[in-house]
Amino acid sequence: MGVTPPLEAASDVPDVERSRLARLTTFIDRFGALGIVLIMGTLSYVAQPDVFLTTNNIANIFRQTAFLALLALGQFMVIVTAGIDLSVGSTLALAMMSTAVLSVAGVPWPLLILTPFLVGAAVGVINGVGLTWLHMPHPFIMTLGMLNIARGLTNLISGGVPISGLPAEVRWLGAGNVSVGGLQVPVSVGVVILSYLAVWVFLQHTRTGRHVYAIGGNPQAARVTGVNVDRTLVLVYALCGLLAGFSGLLLAGRTNSGFPNAGIGAELDAISAVIIGGASFFGGRGTVLGVFAGVLVIGMMRNLLNLSNVQVFWQQILIGVVIIAVVAFDVLRRRIGSAS
Amino acid sequence: MTPAIVARGLSKSFGHVVALSGVDLRVDPGEVLGVVGDNGAGKTTLMKILSGVHPPTEGQLLINGEEVRFASPRDAQRVGIEMVYQDLALAGNLRIDENIFLGRERTRQLGPVRLVDHRANLALAKQHLDNLNIHVKSVGQLVEQLSGGQRQAVAIARATAFDGRVVIMDEPTAALAVREVRKVLDLIKDLKTHGISVILISHRLDDIFYVCDRVMALFHGRNLAEARLADVDRNEVIGWIMGNKGGHGVPDRPDRTDEAR
Repeated sequence: MGVTPPLEAASDVPDVERSRLARLTTFIDRFGALGIVLIMGTLSYVAQPDVFLTTNNIANIFRQTAFLALLALGQFMVIVTAGIDLSVGSTLALAMMSTAVLSVAGVPWPLLILTPFLVGAAVGVINGVGLTWLHMPHPFIMTLGMLNIARGLTNLISGGVPISGLPAEVRWLGAGNVSVGGLQVPVSVGVVILSYLAVWVFLQHTRTGRHVYAIGGNPQAARVTGVNVDRTLVLVYALCGLLAGFSGLLLAGRTNSGFPNAGIGAELDAISAVIIGGASFFGGRGTVLGVFAGVLVIGMMRNLLNLSNVQVFWQQILIGVVIIAVVAFDVLRRRIGSAS
Repeated sequence: MTPAIVARGLSKSFGHVVALSGVDLRVDPGEVLGVVGDNGAGKTTLMKILSGVHPPTEGQLLINGEEVRFASPRDAQRVGIEMVYQDLALAGNLRIDENIFLGRERTRQLGPVRLVDHRANLALAKQHLDNLNIHVKSVGQLVEQLSGGQRQAVAIARATAFDGRVVIMDEPTAALAVREVRKVLDLIKDLKTHGISVILISHRLDDIFYVCDRVMALFHGRNLAEARLADVDRNEVIGWIMGNKGGHGVPDRPDRTDEAR
């Protein structure tokens, strides 16, 4: 031993500079999205100094974005595998509507609370199975089909009309408040934080979670090292569906109803939040914290524009601009990083 | 000395196509065997049988003198046969230690859940790389930050991390920059000192002559020739690849290759 010369990085950039760049890249990867949140917050504060930082307004932002936060969290896991789930908005609606329909039918509340989870997970499993065992060429196609199927089912079981009135127990997660140190904190905030923590532990600290990243990075490498790629993918889509169902439960609670148009286009908001949060659309890259920041950016932007009485159409335009700007910046940064 | 791996009379047909026909192979512990042959000579099929990807149609495999049958690559890994791919089958977005232990991570129990023991994996990976004399800035680096040669070194480290006794390498230098080839070859030489056997498939005779102890040639799915490296020269081996066993000049097809047609 001791005869092999060290394998060194094939680069002419001095090591110190290289590692400084690498460290900066990692730092931006990890915390870049939080920077955008800070910018958004500052902007909001300057524009609406009297309203923005009130507890009421902050609670409002969280309450309104809680359902998006769960959708984005599920979408994020799918995007890490280099997949996409277009069906989450429809899954949300189907879960919500199933709960409302069963509520009218007199099903007791503990079962009602379980319903959206079961419906969401079932939809997710079907997506995953279709993708893997049926060998659909791309998740876009499987979940596009599911987008239509779930929306159609939602209309079918409700006759296309909203159903309102849910038991208080069912509404609690989405609409309840708990008093923390004298502050009224929405229960949905706790739900979101706990879900994000759980997914963070899953992705960073379990074998299956690391395999999710490996699949996104190089599915071939995952396969040859004995990772069960198909089973992992089915699990990820199932979890995504489950979170979409959970999201439906929160929205049902907040609106005290199930309505057939719920979550139309929400899949695109979820994808936007994930991308703004710094995850790579090509898989393998991104953090739970980033997704949380992405959701906050969208929530704060809507809040700011609402407070400032800006026409709702501008919201769409601005979200579009932010998505493009964030990704353009990311591409630029990577190019600088790899050029050195 | 019991050979690390012995194959006797391996044959493999895919439908009517005979890919391999009665091939023998033997590798001793700590020996590097080069396998050469033209495209379609059966090298890849042979490696896929040895690594458990395909079951042979006929023939026998002995590991340390005991007969084995593989239903999957996992079975082959269990008896210490590992594969290193030319296309660097690594996940660039994961750390070095995560790639080395991918699919076989150490875990620790925390209440009801089993968590990856990142600290143990990092420490074990570092120890293993040190053992193999592979130098990287940090085992916590992402693999995508490494050069091609370093990545191949990580792939080789992965193949030897779990008591790999026989490492099969399919064109391990094909994707590398010229200046990195030598380093990877030196690493292969180093494996010998750990008693690890290597089966090296390569088109590059430079690689074969630099690192191998013995070389064997396949032609049309059969053994054509075999010799200790000290006993052959480059032209002879080139002749073998073209199916020319005897001299150096005009191709002189041995009878057995005619049978294989």
